[in-house]
Amino acid sequence: MRSGVTIFPGSNCDRDIIVALKEISGKTPIKMWHKDTEFPNLDLIVIPGGFSFGDYLRCGALAARSPIIKNIKNHISRGGAVLGICNGFQILIEAGILPGSLIRNEKLLFTCRKTILEIQDSMISPFLSGLKKGQYLNIPVAHNEGNFFASETLLNELKNEGRIAFKYVKEANTDDDYNPNGSCNDIAGILSKNGKVLGMMPHPERAIYNLHGGTDGLKFLSKTFEKLIG
Amino acid sequence: MMKTLNEDLYNINENEYLAQQESKLEEALEMGLTEDEFNLICTKIKKKPNKTELGIFSAMFSEHCSYKSSKKWLKTLPTKANHVIQGPGENAGVIDIGNDLAAVFKIESHNHPSFIEPYQGAATGVGGILRDVFTMGARPIALLNALRFGSPTQPLTKHLVSGVVKGIGGYGNCIGIPTVGGETNFNQSYDGNILVNAMAVGLANKHRIFYSAATGSGNPVIYVGAKTGRDGIHGATMASTEFTENSSEKRPTVQVGDPFTGKLLLEACLELMSTDAVLSIQDMGAAGLTSSSVEMASKGSLGMHLNLDLVPTREEKMTSYEIMLSESQERMLMILKPGSEEKAKMIFDKWDLDFSVIGEVTKTGRLILDKDGFEACNIPINPLVEDAPEYDRPYKIIQNKKIIKPNELNINETISEILTKMFKNPNIASKRWIWEQYDSSVMGDTISSNSKSDAAIVKIHGTESTKSLGKGIAMTTDCTPRYVKSDPINGGMQAVCEAARNIAASGAKPMAITNNLNFGNPEKLNIMGEIVGSIKGISKAASFLNTPIVSGNVSLYNETNGKGILPTPVIGMVGVIDEVENCLEINAQDDNTLIVLGQSKNLIEGWIGCSVYQEITNNKTDTAPPPVYLVNEKKIIDILLKLNNKKLLTAAHDISDGGLLTTTCEMLFKNNLGLSINLPKSLFKCDSKDPTLHSWCFGEDQGRIIVATDKIDDVESFLEDGNIDYFILGKTNSSNNLNLNDKTIISISDIKELNNQTLPSLMGE
Repeated sequence: MRSGVTIFPGSNCDRDIIVALKEISGKTPIKMWHKDTEFPNLDLIVIPGGFSFGDYLRCGALAARSPIIKNIKNHISRGGAVLGICNGFQILIEAGILPGSLIRNEKLLFTCRKTILEIQDSMISPFLSGLKKGQYLNIPVAHNEGNFFASETLLNELKNEGRIAFKYVKEANTDDDYNPNGSCNDIAGILSKNGKVLGMMPHPERAIYNLHGGTDGLKFLSKTFEKLIG
Repeated sequence: MMKTLNEDLYNINENEYLAQQESKLEEALEMGLTEDEFNLICTKIKKKPNKTELGIFSAMFSEHCSYKSSKKWLKTLPTKANHVIQGPGENAGVIDIGNDLAAVFKIESHNHPSFIEPYQGAATGVGGILRDVFTMGARPIALLNALRFGSPTQPLTKHLVSGVVKGIGGYGNCIGIPTVGGETNFNQSYDGNILVNAMAVGLANKHRIFYSAATGSGNPVIYVGAKTGRDGIHGATMASTEFTENSSEKRPTVQVGDPFTGKLLLEACLELMSTDAVLSIQDMGAAGLTSSSVEMASKGSLGMHLNLDLVPTREEKMTSYEIMLSESQERMLMILKPGSEEKAKMIFDKWDLDFSVIGEVTKTGRLILDKDGFEACNIPINPLVEDAPEYDRPYKIIQNKKIIKPNELNINETISEILTKMFKNPNIASKRWIWEQYDSSVMGDTISSNSKSDAAIVKIHGTESTKSLGKGIAMTTDCTPRYVKSDPINGGMQAVCEAARNIAASGAKPMAITNNLNFGNPEKLNIMGEIVGSIKGISKAASFLNTPIVSGNVSLYNETNGKGILPTPVIGMVGVIDEVENCLEINAQDDNTLIVLGQSKNLIEGWIGCSVYQEITNNKTDTAPPPVYLVNEKKIIDILLKLNNKKLLTAAHDISDGGLLTTTCEMLFKNNLGLSINLPKSLFKCDSKDPTLHSWCFGEDQGRIIVATDKIDDVESFLEDGNIDYFILGKTNSSNNLNLNDKTIISISDIKELNNQTLPSLMGE
């Protein structure tokens, strides 16, 4: 699998996802600097987490105007897969590639914690077809603006089209607030209309080793990798 | 913008005026210098300084830059060991951790600014300590912070906690370095002076460490990073004086942080350092361009000639005085190999950062500054550093020797009522409300953070092998200020020993220390005694444990209206674990035996003096703190590490604030366990208000760590050979109850709930 990881000024999870993808595929993904416009054809582009352009103006707003966004859009129109994690999800929304908006967490506090994601009944997508509907993944979040907000119409549309990828769910026997940010319908990640673009707030690259507290991120990325190479 | 002739005239006049006007004594006094110091300056430079020159002297002579009150004593700290690559005196300390790698680390205070402007004060504290670390050529891999706030019931406290925590997260989260540990305490002595101490740890190739001494006359001096603005002017001087009610007027002297620019600067500097262009480099921290240029020149025994017109500025018409004294953040000063300027500039252009050649290194030994065609400053460098005052201030070390026996305790509550009080106390309760606001897992290397183990552990990227994820660095910060207050020498020793125990209880070997000495006004006899005493204690323990001090920071004058803080010499310690798989959590498993290492089977009366127990039961706290026995401390650390290397342990937790019973409960929370405590015989059938039983449960005797094991026979036979005191506390079970003398005294899940709720309810959730 040929993959690439975009780097904007202020990206800070680029190395982490590069390490994770190398762990899975044995190949180091190419680094895609935001001002560059010449890239080979890729199977997967990952837009990593971080604070692109310091999150100034709005999270992802400035990155969404970078030259590389045109390449990403071309890649998508060729049927290529894109995974936006955290700030990457925010950028995909700001670039108009995914719908809705990500507003400040309900408690108005940055939050870094474990979450449990439930795989939803979704359309066919390389990101999910290796996993079962209803399956749980333990993957952490770390963000200040992860509260997915959308109109009722859009929420219904996403549900009916099978474009809700994951929801936050409650761990058995706990009273913890399982939804870390107050997102509508507990949504943690959504898909594009063709299922090839996934935006998600949780960080799979932070659940790679047992010592991370679990390897569900590795499982998710490995299944994606298997589906993408067919 | 249209300029009128008058404005231009005014501007030129100001820099010309600054260059030519001789300063008066009154101006020196206003800048915090004494009359003696002013006279010394005039003698040494053989003229009356102009305002810019005076400003430079006042910053360099400030307590913050010169360490004038503490230097004499700092020199007595142990700083050497085989594994020390660089001790105090550089931007950060450096130790050898094997695999050709070095750990680079330092702790620094941002107390005064954080009280005035909590968000920016804390944020720039984090930014500043990160720059100290990457200036040395290291990539920062972890942040910790030691925080002290005032009484939790005081309304201002909530505002300060919220602002400081947001500021720390705001900077660390954005720049993408995980905040993995630290400590937070509340005490009314910090009502008017909070403490914000930030520690950063970085990783470097041990053959590629960068230093600050200027080299090579004629070499170009480069300014990189953010532009210079009018923020933070004279911050170092502000940080060296006491507060009054009017301190909020000092808000303009607080710097403003920009973590985004910090991230760009970090990447650009590390990229440039991977080439051979950088000869020396120094971050512009306290006293900005003044201290960076003076320190670089002084360390290289050279001079510097700078043209201040070439310094990138954020605002128009800045004067030489403002440019030299600004503490704008995210700036660096570098000396490059001649001819490499173009290559270097390309890197900074890529990261959209300013890059300006502002002058050159000279042989003159003088600092010469030009501005608007006038000579703004021309002074010898030596007096700025060599002649900076060093005071031998009078001191008196007051050691409280009053021992309190259990039968002197005034007891109105049962053991379970006390336990409830313990976990309602924000000093004991979980700090989850705070640490969830910090990104603790970015960089993907965090193995343990936020109280999962006694010390945080981050794995060392690039040391993976077929059988292990690699080595890890363990980190902690510790200090028990009430012990230091009661007995500075003992308190200093205790802080070092507790840090070492925490490192060991996480499975790592204690290696070296960075310290942050926070005290009140050193001109007072007893406060100077606290400084001297705690340095003596730290020295003694650090020598004994072979954990030298390699970097540090001193923050004095933490007083408001004459009321000083509790003496708070924070120890930041770093350790190494060879295989991160061997790290130990604090959480016991079901059916584990808990053993108290370092506790004699004959211990009946616990040391209740100066304890949290006394604080929460309104008993007198002006009593002697528990004694520290260095031989025992070293012994339990060695034994614990040996047991862990044999893979005989499942968990470990140091006994500190709150004593044995509090520590035990913390080990049971995560897995919802219960325990029947095995009491010493003479405490059988003791009543729940029995003073001796209380002292056994909550005494804070030092040199103890609780370990958990599922291989008790192997552990016991090892301990019997090891000539060490130990006490078997009991076996964990799934009942979720704590039993004492065959009676359930409390449900662990109830106090776990309290433990989680105390801080959120304090913060109004």
